Amino acid sequence: MESNIIIPAGEIKIAVEGLNLYYGHKQVLKNINLSIPEKKVTAIIGPSGCGKSSFVRILNRMNDLIPEARVEGRVLIDGENIYDKDVDLVALRKKVGMVFQKPNPFPKSIFDNIAYGLKIGNHRSRAELEQIVERSLRQAALWDEVKDRLHQNAMKLSGGQQQRLCIARALAVEPEIILFDEPCSAIDPIATARVEELIHELKKDYTVVIVTHNMQQAARVSDYTAFLWLGELVEYDRTEKIFTNPANKMTEDYITGRFG
Amino acid sequence: MISVKKKGVLGDLKESLIQKIFQTSGLLAIIVLLGIFALLFYTAIPAFREVSLKEFLTSTRWDPTSPERPEYGLLSMLASTVMVTIGALLIAFPVGVAVAAYLSDVASPRVREIVKPVVELLAAIPSVVVGFIGITLVGPMIAKIFNLSHGLTALNGSLLLAIMALPTIISISEDSLNAVPISFVEASLALGANRWQTLVRVKIPAALSGIIASLMLGMGRAIGETMTVLMATGNARAFPQGFLQSVRTLTANIAIELGEVPYYTTHYYALFAIGLVLFIMTFFVNLTADVILEKQKRKLQ
Repeated sequence: MESNIIIPAGEIKIAVEGLNLYYGHKQVLKNINLSIPEKKVTAIIGPSGCGKSSFVRILNRMNDLIPEARVEGRVLIDGENIYDKDVDLVALRKKVGMVFQKPNPFPKSIFDNIAYGLKIGNHRSRAELEQIVERSLRQAALWDEVKDRLHQNAMKLSGGQQQRLCIARALAVEPEIILFDEPCSAIDPIATARVEELIHELKKDYTVVIVTHNMQQAARVSDYTAFLWLGELVEYDRTEKIFTNPANKMTEDYITGRFG
Repeated sequence: MISVKKKGVLGDLKESLIQKIFQTSGLLAIIVLLGIFALLFYTAIPAFREVSLKEFLTSTRWDPTSPERPEYGLLSMLASTVMVTIGALLIAFPVGVAVAAYLSDVASPRVREIVKPVVELLAAIPSVVVGFIGITLVGPMIAKIFNLSHGLTALNGSLLLAIMALPTIISISEDSLNAVPISFVEASLALGANRWQTLVRVKIPAALSGIIASLMLGMGRAIGETMTVLMATGNARAFPQGFLQSVRTLTANIAIELGEVPYYTTHYYALFAIGLVLFIMTFFVNLTADVILEKQKRKLQ
């Protein structure tokens, strides 16, 4: 394992220390140590089955849904270990938003989709809800396309629009970190370009972690890249370094398409 | 080289024969259904040579054996059927949906493996046994609680029918809750919702049509049930005044009178007319349930 860069302590948002993840007897992640900087885009790349999706699901504890999953090690977000016993999962997931592989809007209206995360929290006035819905949709570059049909069922939107809706929905609860789990694998190239643009915009205000199997995408959107292989962190460095002059032979073979 | 040409006609023949067999089986179900409807209809029609349709549907008095003036109004029994059914669903629906939610969301796989078959076994209890329980256990309890001379009341019938409708409601509601894609659940949890909020705000709304269909199918079961209500509700002919009185449902009335009625009399035909009414009621309830379920399937795809 080579983690080549040292991110200054003041810029670290997420620090993963000695992380092991098991599904039953199978070890999925092996002793991962990695620091993710604040307000930057960090890409996780690697071949299918290398554990990259499992890794981001560690960061908002979505793996808790899998009964046989077991985690060792520490994951510090702003210095707090999210695997401590006294962690409030609801607060954690509001702080760490997530956009999934396949667009998964609720079978509700566009408005209700965005307002969902707000309604389950503290009560807000209608005017406040409307304002946040508009702001979130604007942030996700979807407002102009849907502003006249906010009460239409979200399932009627195109795949790319649905994915931007899911991004807006995640933004509405004002997270600090947004996890993208292969957000473009189920949408077309033009929609992909829009989502990538959006991710670029988002890093001004948010810490972004994106899982992708598309190396060009990692190169385009991210500042830092981590290469995972069979559950191990092979190399982690600035994206330009990884893609121009990787330190590890395996990383080089992977990004040049020799395996994967 | 592999030839892609057909080898002979035998395969084709077998194929079309199999297709015919299945087609016929499918048609048979429809033919039987239509046959039953036709039989009911033609046997019911002669009743209306002597009884007006208006009296039949709107009179509350049913007294076909009266020597002076026989009366053929089904309204009292219809009201009893509706009352006992609604009472049953008021009990079974909330309980059933709660159990379904528990099984799909809360119960550990081991608990589910035990509870599900037990619930399904409930459906296997013969209705005469349920009626027996009504006479010996539930009825006396009602009598004691409400200080009545006997417990053979509409409430007794409702309670027993609730038990009988539960398996249907539970298993169909649970199926439709389980059919809600995991991606909805994940999206909800990732937004900071807890399990309860996810259940109430995402899973139940997404599964709602299936849950309503389970209610309709439970209703179909309750409307048509005969032996249990016959044994448990006291069978008084009067118009129902409340849940603590004896009532006679449409089904119970047919079961009671058909054995003793002389064939091919107006009374005999009128009983078939009641059967026809029941058939139409359950047919539409089940049809509605089917339509709703079909809609749900399309919505979640």
